[in-house]
Amino acid sequence: MPVTDKFSRTSAICRCVTQLDDTIEMRLTLWVFLMCLFGTVSAAPDGAQLYMTHCATCHGDKGDGGVGVPLSLPAFLESVDDSFLRKTIRLGRPGRVMPAFRALGDAQVDAIVSHIRNWSGKPAPVFPDTPIKGDVQHGKELFASYCAACHGEMGEGGSGTGVTFSRKREQPIIAPALNNPGFLAAASDEMIRYTLQQGRAGTPMRSFLVQGLSEQDINDLVSAIRSMEDSEFTGERPEVTHEEAVIIVESPYTLDETVENLKESLISQNFKLIRTDYLEHGLVEEGQEDKRQVILHFCNFKFLFEALAIDPRVGIFLPCRVTVVERGDKVQVMTINPLYLSSLFNNDDLDEACKEMYGIYSEIIEDATL
Amino acid sequence: MIRKLLVTVLFGLLLHLPPVSAEDVVMARSNLPFPEAMLALQESIRAHGYTVARVQRVDIGLTGMGYKTDKYRIVFAGKLEEIRKLTELAPQLIPYLPPKISIFAEGEQTVLVTVHPKLYAGIAGAAVDPVIFERWANDLQSIFHDVRMAE
Ligand code: HEC
Ligand code: HEC
Repeated sequence: MPVTDKFSRTSAICRCVTQLDDTIEMRLTLWVFLMCLFGTVSAAPDGAQLYMTHCATCHGDKGDGGVGVPLSLPAFLESVDDSFLRKTIRLGRPGRVMPAFRALGDAQVDAIVSHIRNWSGKPAPVFPDTPIKGDVQHGKELFASYCAACHGEMGEGGSGTGVTFSRKREQPIIAPALNNPGFLAAASDEMIRYTLQQGRAGTPMRSFLVQGLSEQDINDLVSAIRSMEDSEFTGERPEVTHEEAVIIVESPYTLDETVENLKESLISQNFKLIRTDYLEHGLVEEGQEDKRQVILHFCNFKFLFEALAIDPRVGIFLPCRVTVVERGDKVQVMTINPLYLSSLFNNDDLDEACKEMYGIYSEIIEDATL
Repeated sequence: MIRKLLVTVLFGLLLHLPPVSAEDVVMARSNLPFPEAMLALQESIRAHGYTVARVQRVDIGLTGMGYKTDKYRIVFAGKLEEIRKLTELAPQLIPYLPPKISIFAEGEQTVLVTVHPKLYAGIAGAAVDPVIFERWANDLQSIFHDVRMAE
């Protein structure tokens, strides 16, 4: 987006520059303008600043984790090369929260990588590109018994992501998805082998040499993980929804009747009605609100708890809400479409939960407007 | 001429401003613990001319289920005239109004999350001049900046 933004700004400036009739003045102006423009291009990108803007919210100011996994642990930095970091930033982890940063320039990505490297102060490791040839079938068996408990049966990753400080979870750091096209495109076989041999001290990921697997077993595991790779991966997240942003249904009842119907229907779906108020509540003095826009806020704690465990950012969906609006002689019931909102989060688990939520919303509205 | 030069220099400087993030979900992390970050957020929202319509707790009842913090809130804010205009011109936007920011504790720090206002522009369609959402986006960036910088 900044790119197009800059272009439109630049062309606007060019237009105003050409309008000047005095050529000397014009040249001077252009020169000053170019100096400014050149300044942006030539200045080395500030890795710390870029990290703060794009990464810190999830990975922590100092890389100690949050919505994302920790990045500053020495054991992590020793086990990944710069190419892995660069590709991870570029490709993200489709469906696993970590976004793909396609708009950053190469220099910016490099600056972020150096910033991350600075935490350990050690040079980046280098892994050869040579593929590892192990026994995939045997690797899969090992995977089922040694890895699936944390990384999931199919390598889809633990439920939830990163590190959390606000909930109890089975593991302090959730195991990443290994069948993820972003991970597999970024990781070399040798990097995966190193991680299995050494583990990552400070995380639940332990060394499997220490745990009694042989070098050959580890090669077999690497091949099993590699076999999860889909050669079709283009860098795009496969199934991004193109959903309508809202669900709108017309009600044959009056506004008051519709509100009452909704209350009943909510309760029958095991929701608790938190409160009913006007859309303009709090924006205008009490009594002055537009009475034709009524909001019902409701909640189901079990659902809420599960949703927060999947993605702590789901607050944007909360509390659940239905709005009843009277316009002219029409009464409409409206909600956000959870499938639309969910598509912004790059989180497959959240998509699943939102499908459920979509079903519930539809039923509540249908019930109330029948 | 000096004035024109100055204008050009200013335009040039504009290009140096950090770009607004391209993400659909806008987030910020503050080093302040939750209560202070919450205060800074509300102060900044007001300083930008918006009314805080409501602060909603979403975590009541969760602590019993193993949720360790009671520090999760949704802040609704807007300007009455703008909200009225939008509900009139683009009723399909109603379920998203007034806009909200979620704010929650992560250890000793605090995280803010909201959707990028450009999404509202997409939902509202041609009926609404997108300038209003561009202004929201700038204000949002500035509000998050305030919270990040607050001490
Ligand atoms: C919206 C939250 C979010 C943002 C923003 C984000 N990440 Fe991530 N990142 C994650 C999550 C979650 C994972 C783990 C994915 C998984 O569990 O499968 C991750 C994984 C990673 C990994 C792989 C770690 C490993 O153990 O292999 C790297 C490297 C990384 N992120 C770097 C970055 C950088 C650099 C930025 C900023 C340019 C960034 N991330 C921005 C959430 C985020
Ligand atoms: C006790 C839980 C647990 C078990 C069992 C486990 N892992 Fe992990 N694994 C993790 C965690 C947590 C991480 C993330 C570490 C970090 O934050 O750097 C991880 C990281 C990894 C990584 C690096 C992923 C990345 O994104 O950088 C690979 C590869 C991996 N594990 C493979 C395996 C394999 C293969 C097995 C079985 C032999 C296994 N793990 C068993 C928890 C586990």
